Amino acid sequence: MTEINLDTSSVRELNLVLQGGSSGDKFSVNNTVGKHALSVGLTTAVNVEINGHVGYYCAGMNQQASIVINGNAGPGLAENMMSGEVRVTGNASQYAAATAHGGLLVIEGDSSSRCGISMKGVNIVVGGNIGHMSAFMAQSGCLVVCGDAGDALGDSIYEAKIYVRGKVKSLGTDCIEKEMRDEHKKELKQLLSQSKMHHGIEEFRRYGSARKLYNFDIDQVDDY
Amino acid sequence: MSKDNPTLIESATFPRHVIAEIQRAAKTGIYDIRGFGAKRDIPTFDDLVFLGASTSRYPLEGYREKCTTEVILGNRFAKNPIHLKTPITIAGMSFGSLSAQAKESLGRGATIAGTSTTTGDGGMTPEERGHSKTLVYQYLPSRYGMNPDDLRKADAIEIVLGQGAKPGGGGMLLGQKISPRVAQMRNLPEGIDQRSACRHPDWTGPDDLEIKIQELREITNWEKPIYVKVGATRVFYDVTLAVKAGADVVVVDGMQGGTAATQDVFIEHVGIPTLPAVRMAVEALQEMDMHRKVQLIVSGGIRSGADVAKALALGADAVSIGTAALIALGDQSPEFDDEYKAIGSAAGFWDDYQAGNDPAGITTQDPELAKRLDPILGGRRLANYINVLTLELQTLARACGKSHVHNLEPEDMVALTMEAAAMAGVPLAGTDWIPGKGGI
Repeated sequence: MTEINLDTSSVRELNLVLQGGSSGDKFSVNNTVGKHALSVGLTTAVNVEINGHVGYYCAGMNQQASIVINGNAGPGLAENMMSGEVRVTGNASQYAAATAHGGLLVIEGDSSSRCGISMKGVNIVVGGNIGHMSAFMAQSGCLVVCGDAGDALGDSIYEAKIYVRGKVKSLGTDCIEKEMRDEHKKELKQLLSQSKMHHGIEEFRRYGSARKLYNFDIDQVDDY
Repeated sequence: MSKDNPTLIESATFPRHVIAEIQRAAKTGIYDIRGFGAKRDIPTFDDLVFLGASTSRYPLEGYREKCTTEVILGNRFAKNPIHLKTPITIAGMSFGSLSAQAKESLGRGATIAGTSTTTGDGGMTPEERGHSKTLVYQYLPSRYGMNPDDLRKADAIEIVLGQGAKPGGGGMLLGQKISPRVAQMRNLPEGIDQRSACRHPDWTGPDDLEIKIQELREITNWEKPIYVKVGATRVFYDVTLAVKAGADVVVVDGMQGGTAATQDVFIEHVGIPTLPAVRMAVEALQEMDMHRKVQLIVSGGIRSGADVAKALALGADAVSIGTAALIALGDQSPEFDDEYKAIGSAAGFWDDYQAGNDPAGITTQDPELAKRLDPILGGRRLANYINVLTLELQTLARACGKSHVHNLEPEDMVALTMEAAAMAGVPLAGTDWIPGKGGI
């Protein structure tokens, strides 16, 4: 285990070390004090444990690496992640996993507004609640919410799937509740297991696109 | 008044094209979506002229005395700034709005001419990367096709906050152009009317932008110049904030800038012309003592070496061309006039880039139409065109006695109209008067 102390090392030095790591290497990062752009642009299957709160864009554009944040995360956590796994033990701020194409993001606490905005294939599991406009324009992948969802969930959603265990304050335009079929139950069970969330799949409901906005229709003008 | 019947008087308020648009709207129930750029008559670089050398200045001998055109972009923070032979670059245009052959042509032409080309919404194609010596990767709100591997393959990164044709608006790519390949790259269902977001999904405001730039630099080892592109509106403040956020290069796109598909009302009624935008951007850079330290690229309606020279004389470091580059490839060619007419247009008027049925095979995803553009020939035409612009630029610079095109300055020009004098900040011809700045 290589330890990097951000009291004495710069963010540049940290990222250079992590980006140069080989698969299986282990790193511990300490004294983060909310710094931005930590552990970004990793491309190999290294294991990174970050102890403390992090600022914007932690784990941004991650590829293959496993990153655990023992604390809270600022805006844009794991933005545009391509693969790998990112886990935050606390809460996450706005835009978690924005536009992310792949991998798994686990937020053990709550996630603020716009969680999964424009998500493009990532799987997100949130242990607590999510804020308003989450999964806005979500294209593909799954958003699993073990708590409640805020206003306008899944507004203008494309083909992403949303599973919510608690209450949904309101659904966004073109987002509807959908039947939970066997393939969805299987998918949800696997995501809960992978993210170590212990809930029964029967407690969840599924939401997705009504596909009424896919091609412009003047009679749907109030929805635009 | 009708040519054939002088008693018929056309309304200035309701001319025929306005009547036609009302009728079209009533029939279809949807706003007019089209490509190209603003068509209205606005002050342009044509309203400025150079004061060639005479008694008080001496010119340089054409083809004998050097007038250099090299430009370096992005040397503020980036380890590997861009070096170009000519200050005429190719603007961002997406694969999706353009065919793969058109993107390859742009890459080939730019490479022959010694300049850069730029990706667009939808990501980077191998054809484009493979044929572009210097490729700028656009980082857009939609992040369609965005991945860090392509980011690292790029030579520079352009964060797009807006474009001149639609400042404040997002993009559109209508269903007829969402081919299987485009859909796969953008991770969307085939055939849908695709919307691109109008603002970035993971930040708001200039303070966040500063952190976003830090993240992009960390991911690319601080090697790539970071451009910030804005549509010309509140140019002074936008340029100031982009520089404050850490941009190496600022790109300002005036309202004449083209688009693949946007509402006509947006194209014609939002944003300001390129002419005042250049001056405002330069004033912002000068006020921060960052002129020539952060480079300025200007785009929007650049057509000729004269336009390039005037933009540079006002203080730009380089220009970008988009619509003109497509015309050089073959867009609007009389060769296709019959086919343009068959789809309700004509060579020289074609603006339905969104429709996907471009007879020239440029703004299409139809494989049969796209085959009409030979990328080698298209690249050669584009390189010829850029070379002509560069020669024209040098001609004008030499006439003003300049040994580098960046030595052109506002003092070398006067305006032919009061509007242009006010917008460009140069005197009205025959006077010392700059409206708003005194003089006689």
